[in-house]
Amino acid sequence: MAKRPNEPFFWTLFSMGGIVAAFFIPVHLFLFGLAFPLGWLQGPSYVNLLALVKLPLTRIYLFVLCSLPLFHWAHRFKYTLYDGLQIKHLNEVINTFCYGGAIVGTVLAAYLLW
Amino acid sequence: MNEPSRHTTFHPRWYRERMSTYWWLWRWKYLRFVLREMSSVCVAWFVIFTMMQVRALLRGQADYAVFQEWLRSPLLLVLNTVSFFFVLYHAITWFNLAPTAMVLRLGGKRVPDFAIAGANYAAWIFATAVVAWFILRG
Amino acid sequence: MAEMIQLEVARYSPEKDAEPSFQTYEAPLRKDWVVLDALNHIKDQVDGSLTFRWSCRMGICGSCGMTVNGEPKLTCATFLTDYAPGPVRVEPLKNFPVVRDLVVEITDFLEKLQKVKPWLIRKDDKPMSEGEFLQTPEEMDRYKQFSMCINCLLCYAACPVYGLDPLFSGPAAIALAQRYNMDSRDQGAGERLDLLSQSEGIWGCTFVGECTEVCPKHVDPAGAIQQYKLTAAMEWFKSFLPPGGNP
Repeated sequence: MAKRPNEPFFWTLFSMGGIVAAFFIPVHLFLFGLAFPLGWLQGPSYVNLLALVKLPLTRIYLFVLCSLPLFHWAHRFKYTLYDGLQIKHLNEVINTFCYGGAIVGTVLAAYLLW
Repeated sequence: MNEPSRHTTFHPRWYRERMSTYWWLWRWKYLRFVLREMSSVCVAWFVIFTMMQVRALLRGQADYAVFQEWLRSPLLLVLNTVSFFFVLYHAITWFNLAPTAMVLRLGGKRVPDFAIAGANYAAWIFATAVVAWFILRG
Repeated sequence: MAEMIQLEVARYSPEKDAEPSFQTYEAPLRKDWVVLDALNHIKDQVDGSLTFRWSCRMGICGSCGMTVNGEPKLTCATFLTDYAPGPVRVEPLKNFPVVRDLVVEITDFLEKLQKVKPWLIRKDDKPMSEGEFLQTPEEMDRYKQFSMCINCLLCYAACPVYGLDPLFSGPAAIALAQRYNMDSRDQGAGERLDLLSQSEGIWGCTFVGECTEVCPKHVDPAGAIQQYKLTAAMEWFKSFLPPGGNP
């Protein structure tokens, strides 16, 4: 069956995270990180934004937006540490830090949103 | 690369060059690759940023106003500007590389790369428009 | 042209050297000469001890791969005039142990290549009397690009992951595995997947993409690897479905 059950699964998470990140993060970061604080565009009012976030569909969207990209980071950063700093012998530590971090983030996101 | 060859009784002492820790600085292509990989850190920052934003939002108007003020601080503006460019770099490299991983065949011939990349960019513009509409109309 | 060009060539004699050094030679800068011609000129006329591999001198045997001015190149396909006025730095291919001068030890690659079983695997064979396995042009088109590999190892020299990770199979091996996987006559995809899906077989690849850039035969090994990852991931998920998954 699956000889090494880990890699294909994490690679799939990495891919899906990469897709979500590529499609949705730029617009979010541009609007909330630059356009609104710098006054280039008028942001939504507090009341409307709160109402938007509280919708069930928005919560699911935000959960996916927070969770999958974290797994994308975990996988990519792990290999950056392996190849960039050549510290593959610390792979236990690195794996725990990266995937553990992603899991912690996912749990936090779920806790925040629900 | 690893153990000595097993098929000779004698072989000369090989020279193995150790790969430098800074191998990625020796060629521009490698540096671009490492920058692309580092964009994942900015992706992670965005997630943290969004979670902080949601938390502030759910705590009340006062908290959210404090959060928004914090976003105007120089540190955050620089951080978000740099992150935005890295995230953009991630998106562009991702869409440009999509055709190599996704091979579609129509009518026996391979769909050309620019068509796949183009479809991705079109979907990106659509997604951006939809999200922006939801956020801006309020 | 009576012009000459300087070449800085790496020398390494295992009997006496601890590490390589460079020796400078001069060769005629003829407009139709490639780096290999210059090396042969040096060996014939200047220094017979210079050691390097070459064979067909026309870009099909894959023997003459070396590092020219920092880039992996086939020396039979790299013109001297592109580097005029020089000097041209010629070193052995990176990421492989150096045996002598410009000759590298490629056993690691050969072992990895053998592991991917680069031949047609049939579960149900048929006798010769029944004729050949037929294939349409469309079916051949699916794997033809990957079959153009000449095993020149420029991709291995360009791949930083291969240099860093001894367990990584490498671009050419995976591209050749894919060449057989995509061949309609082959039935061995499952077997190869079991071997390659191990932790570093293909997953070590981080899609740097340099392998495709340097390939002289436009094989696109990076594409082969990403497609293989996708296939491996889908097979992994499918293996959890009821009808027992893997053949």
